[in-house]
Amino acid sequence: MQNQRTETPLLETKGLTKIFGSLRACDGIDLAIAPGEIHALLGENGAGKSTLVKMLFGVLEPSAGEILWKGKPVSIRSPGEARATGVGMVFQHFSLFEALTVAENIALALDGNVAIDRIADEARRLSHEYGLPLDPSAHVADLSVGERQRIEIVRSLLQNPELIILDEPTSVLTPQEADRLFETLAKLKAEGRSVLYISHRLEEVQRICDRATVLRHGKVTGACDPRQETPSSLARMMVGGEVAEISGAGLGEPGEVLVEVRKLSAPARTPFAVALRDVDLTVRAGEVIAIAGVAGNGQSELFDVLSGEVTVSDADSLRIANVPAGRLGITARRLMGCSFVPEERHGHAAVPNMNLSGNLVLSRYASDREAFLTGGWLGLISSGPVAAATKRISAAMDVRKSLEDPPAGSLSGGNLQKFIVGRELDRQPRVLVVNQPTWGVDAGAASRIRQALLDLAKSGSAVIVISQDLDEVFEIASSISVINEGQLSKPEPALSMTRERIGLLMGGFHDGTGHGTETAEAAHAH
Amino acid sequence: MRIELQKRPTPSALYAVLSPFIALGLTLIAGAIMFTILGKNPVDALYSFFIEPLTEVWSIHELTVKAAPLILIAVGLSVCYRSNNWNIGAEGQFIMGGILGSLVPILMPGFQSWLTLPLMLLLGMAGGAAWGAIPAFLKTRFNTNEILVSLMLVYTAQLFLDWLARGVLRDPNGNNFPGSIRFPSAAQLPEIMPSQGSAHYGIFLAIIAAVIIWFMLSFTLNGFQVRVLGANPRAGRFAGFSQTRMTYFAFLLSGGLAGLAGIAEVSGAIGQLRETISPGYGFTAIIVAFLGRLSPLGAIAAGFMLALTYLGGEAAQMTLGISDKVGRVFQGLLLFFVLGCDTLINYQVRLVLRKAAPAAGGQG
Repeated sequence: MQNQRTETPLLETKGLTKIFGSLRACDGIDLAIAPGEIHALLGENGAGKSTLVKMLFGVLEPSAGEILWKGKPVSIRSPGEARATGVGMVFQHFSLFEALTVAENIALALDGNVAIDRIADEARRLSHEYGLPLDPSAHVADLSVGERQRIEIVRSLLQNPELIILDEPTSVLTPQEADRLFETLAKLKAEGRSVLYISHRLEEVQRICDRATVLRHGKVTGACDPRQETPSSLARMMVGGEVAEISGAGLGEPGEVLVEVRKLSAPARTPFAVALRDVDLTVRAGEVIAIAGVAGNGQSELFDVLSGEVTVSDADSLRIANVPAGRLGITARRLMGCSFVPEERHGHAAVPNMNLSGNLVLSRYASDREAFLTGGWLGLISSGPVAAATKRISAAMDVRKSLEDPPAGSLSGGNLQKFIVGRELDRQPRVLVVNQPTWGVDAGAASRIRQALLDLAKSGSAVIVISQDLDEVFEIASSISVINEGQLSKPEPALSMTRERIGLLMGGFHDGTGHGTETAEAAHAH
Repeated sequence: MRIELQKRPTPSALYAVLSPFIALGLTLIAGAIMFTILGKNPVDALYSFFIEPLTEVWSIHELTVKAAPLILIAVGLSVCYRSNNWNIGAEGQFIMGGILGSLVPILMPGFQSWLTLPLMLLLGMAGGAAWGAIPAFLKTRFNTNEILVSLMLVYTAQLFLDWLARGVLRDPNGNNFPGSIRFPSAAQLPEIMPSQGSAHYGIFLAIIAAVIIWFMLSFTLNGFQVRVLGANPRAGRFAGFSQTRMTYFAFLLSGGLAGLAGIAEVSGAIGQLRETISPGYGFTAIIVAFLGRLSPLGAIAAGFMLALTYLGGEAAQMTLGISDKVGRVFQGLLLFFVLGCDTLINYQVRLVLRKAAPAAGGQG
């Protein structure tokens, strides 16, 4: 490891800068990746990680600075050139066609004219060699997110790259799937390939990475050996300050039942959606129920049914405060004291090109009719009270913005999410349903949002959190349930739940731990 | 060297204002080139097309006569397009409004009171709204494409009008010419200054409608719904707004205003129901709506601008001896450049001098 520092780095950047308008997304980045190392790129959302790797992969053109490949300056002008140079990339959001097969999707990304059978054979060989089993003739739509990621990895391996860039690869994986990915990375490293591993999960980075470069506000704030650091020292480099510890102290005994779901089923509305099957769930006042699970197992379908964006035919299958609510729309449910925070900020929870005040009216025009509307049937929006409430929410949640009332789309992910969560908390809902509350949100904002959810439960509301992030689930939940293929496991107290058990439930082992563990181990042995 | 479009971090307020004017300038340049190719002196031609109609009192009256229906229709279409409903059939709704409103004086020529005109206007709106309701119903019920349905209904309406004017509604004393009886004066939208020109009160209807709809869009929850559902249907559903109700609202409103324009045209400018009552106002109003930035107030200015292309076309025919279709060419050029220039609001044009591969789009 020591002598690696002295040899020529595989890839090096000097003063790499990217300017968007007045924003310096990357500002003089110096980075060196040695051959055969797993190099972590750490940073909060908006720190410039994605911009940096897009420049390395030829998606964006640097405004200034240079990239050296094996010591020689290169200019990478397109992903094709990046691949030819020897750089492979696995994006956070996959670019796969669901209706095509695995082999067809791989063929699409290759230059030149190669017979599909040869691609399929090659893909099958590679995927087994690296412990990433894949069936080349399977349709992407039928595959889990973890399997889809394997396609992307195999796709980049086919080009025989010397450097592989992985953007937040474990955010969509179960713990077991993640372990498997780490084994693959170790194999790649053993072959002398380098890996640039982008993440904000400190535990992983410490576990698998040899070196780390930390970014904040587009600048390098630290380069270190992550194993020599503590999670809190790494977090400090990332956020430039201490991250508040959140505390669930004061969560009292659960009170009356506020949400009761009994044998709720909903058919899939599109060929790619998940059907909900016999969902049972009871949520009491003062309780935080977390629903863990790997993405794409019915989370958004469950959210839609709980919020009333999609209604179910059996009114009794969902009772809110003991009133049958299955057939009530979202507005009626809001008027019963419920609030909702969907997963997607842009275009679902908020209209990006509308100001924050408009986005406040979006979800509260009915529940706060008295305050926000005047003029009787005319329904005039009273700008004064709306502006005041926008200000109040921004202050309560520490929403950082450059203007008094900016368009929602101009806020960073974390700040917009704080506003959206604050918008619902501001009315002290009796029931709050939130899907992926801190997805793509920086550590500071995430801890603030989690604390706010806990505080709401402490004040006697029922909170349902649908989340893929197990750290988050353990941090805030009083009980935990797992969603898998549209089915919900029986909630279990968070204190007696383990990560391993959640991982098994995510894989669909509802029957009992003994049998589940066996099968999982058998699967691992392959 | 290559030209690159770079997305602006925020839409440019400057270009939001400038874009229509740049489009106008480009239209004039393209027009000058066209006149030159036709062998006319471009300066003289543009003068007689765009300036001369503004130098005489009677032609300014004509301008308001042409602007009134354009503005009325465009105001409704602005709301429709803002809400992401694509009504291309205002021409048909205009015609059906004209027909239904005309039934009062044609079938009851003796009914002449202060109520006659308001009743006609109301029926005109109802006729246009009813015709607009058809694509709305088919879209919400069967998920049909409203662009095609509303467009096809234009031809249905045109042929229906033709049949009526030559058939059952024809003036029995009209020497077999197509067209209904001339409306009694109580059924005619009065002229504002009869001694000077033909401008009738339709222009006031148009401006009042524009102001009311502007107020609705800017300050009421209903207008908020239009903007939300137009920008993000999913966010609209999260807000609890109904897409179906919005589709009906947009089509009934734009159909109703087109119908009002239709009856105002028949009763104000023509004075009888003829086999054709519109020189394509319903289509031209689409350009008006976009040139006016889908804002009801912008539609007023844009309406006058497009009205000028109608007058200019007539002038070009008279003084230059070229087809009045030249007016249509200008309308087309204007729409083309308006849509093109709108790119400048969200994108910055950059000339990249050094040789480089095309920028690859991507996200991740």
